[in-house]
Amino acid sequence: MEPITVYRGKPAVLDRNNVDTDQIIPKQFLKRIERTGFGEFLFYNWRYNENGELRKDFELNQPEAAGASILVAGENFGCGSSREHAPWSLQDFGFQIVIAPSFADIFKNNCLKNGILPIALSADEVSYLMKEAKNTDVEFTIDLPNQKVYGPADFAADFDIHPYWKEMLVNGWDEISITLQYDDQISKYEQTIDVMSTK
Amino acid sequence: MGKSIIEKIWEQHIVHQEENKPDLLYIDLHYIHEVTSPQAFEGLRLKGRKVRRPDRTFATMDHNVPTINRYFIEDEVALKQLTALETNCRDFGIELADLNSPDQGIVHVIGPEMGLTQPGMTIVCGDSHTSTHGAFGSIAFGIGTSEVEHVFATQTLWQTKPKTLKLEVNGKLKFGVTAKDVILYIIAKYGVNFGNGYIVEYCGEVFRNMSMEERMTVCNMSIEGGARAGLVSPDETTFSYLQGRKFVPTGEEFEESVEKWKLLASDEDAVYDREITIAAEQISPMVSWGTNPGMASAVDENIPVGSSDTVGEKELQLALEYMGLTEGMQITDIPVQHVFIGSCTNSRIEDLRKAADVISGKQVHKGVRAMVVPGSQKVKKQAEEEGLDEVFKSAGFDWRDSGCSMCLGMNPDAVPAGEHCASTSNRNFEGRQGAGARTHLVSPEMAAAAALYGKFVDIRNLENSSMHQLH
Repeated sequence: MEPITVYRGKPAVLDRNNVDTDQIIPKQFLKRIERTGFGEFLFYNWRYNENGELRKDFELNQPEAAGASILVAGENFGCGSSREHAPWSLQDFGFQIVIAPSFADIFKNNCLKNGILPIALSADEVSYLMKEAKNTDVEFTIDLPNQKVYGPADFAADFDIHPYWKEMLVNGWDEISITLQYDDQISKYEQTIDVMSTK
Repeated sequence: MGKSIIEKIWEQHIVHQEENKPDLLYIDLHYIHEVTSPQAFEGLRLKGRKVRRPDRTFATMDHNVPTINRYFIEDEVALKQLTALETNCRDFGIELADLNSPDQGIVHVIGPEMGLTQPGMTIVCGDSHTSTHGAFGSIAFGIGTSEVEHVFATQTLWQTKPKTLKLEVNGKLKFGVTAKDVILYIIAKYGVNFGNGYIVEYCGEVFRNMSMEERMTVCNMSIEGGARAGLVSPDETTFSYLQGRKFVPTGEEFEESVEKWKLLASDEDAVYDREITIAAEQISPMVSWGTNPGMASAVDENIPVGSSDTVGEKELQLALEYMGLTEGMQITDIPVQHVFIGSCTNSRIEDLRKAADVISGKQVHKGVRAMVVPGSQKVKKQAEEEGLDEVFKSAGFDWRDSGCSMCLGMNPDAVPAGEHCASTSNRNFEGRQGAGARTHLVSPEMAAAAALYGKFVDIRNLENSSMHQLH
């Protein structure tokens, strides 16, 4: 996992609430057994029409969204299915940061495990950033160590992140390697529980 | 101060706890399927890691499998994924219910059916509907593929303790109102994110009176309200369901387990972070009309006009445009071209019996394509022994093999663009049942009735229905 510390990038706006993971990556693309290559299918049914042509009216197909790496979205982003293909496709497409008023629990976890930073800001802050993001050449800066989002015109907002996740992301650590350091404790715990009666 | 079942199970599973860290939680049982596991196995291979507890891991094939001619899988990518699961289970020593197994079926149907799911457990699966298993008084939640890999390697997860929500439904359900209607009502009233950050405990007379299968329907859709997990404290209903199942202890050992399980139930004076109380009498048969499960109304109501507490104006417009419906339209005027009875929400034997009751001796409306996909091969067999397959087939329903099928259309079962489907599944998201498909979530009884009339009808008004015996 690539470490994130201070990140600067161009925003794109998806001003919709309750964007579910079925929209982020539709089911027909979940059959692949690799982790990579999902970017081209991101928001597939919204990005493309039945003939496979780009839909002109979809937010991310607008010229100002080109090259964006920060997605600014509505509340409860990533609800529904637990498919990790959703953050994989966002990342493969180029998004490293998602800003929204709130996130669905499983999606948020899946982002953090892949080095995508989900940032929850207040609804007012998000709508301000959405307005600003429509200007061309605007960039936002995310300072993870100091938990700040900076935008144009002196905009600055604080965000919360669990210290555990902050440490993991800032260092780009592999979580399993960390947990395996607790191997003795896991074994000790296993001795205290009943042998699974099932098998 | 007393404790809730959520706190009791949580505390029993903490392997390691320290400040500024989530708890390291032990996972008792890990279900896997073909779609969300291949990349996790790949991760293990890359690092030369093993599955720590293959004996606490159980696999099935469900998402991709065809429901007719199941041994001839034409979709090469799907076949590759199923083959990968076979290879992975063999290489890592994991028991797999493959297409030849009499145990095969939807992961959330077969786990309880085999008695693998038991009270007091922590249970995970790379599938958001893992919340289903909470019906047994376990903490069960969906995880992503990275977490699947983490559980493979360590049998644990780092988890921040969620807040607790007591959701009480008191009184008696009215005639014609099912478990599905209860959970759809809750989500419609409180919104698709009321449960974010919470584990929900379903309490009160209504859930106490439910069968295990009904409790599974409710817990299954906890995630549609944003809660990763929802559960019911175990009671005699739970214990008698479990007794005699394949992986449940027998004899004295069973009695000992029951004594232990009884202690899990929430204490009378347990304190919760949030409490919601609902009167059962307020609930009617429900139909979803929009593009998330919160967009639902009682069958005798109309599609709302303008925004509400849980659905904003823009969302409403986008949803109705996709669904081809208009504000203020009567729910019973919505046409239905497809009926799907199946999915981890409503595909168990009781669901099939109730749907069969409604259609018995009648015919599917012309222009309606209707199918039943039993949740497991065992449910299918049981239904056939009871003659339910004949009831469905002679009414004009397709009778299929088990799998997730048209709930998410990863296999060949899909709803064509622009057509409406009365579905007993759990999600009415855009494109869920097929690109452009228009899904309406309903109970098995309401789906069966829609099949007969080619539109939604209020099952409470059906004549000669043996529905009257249901409650």
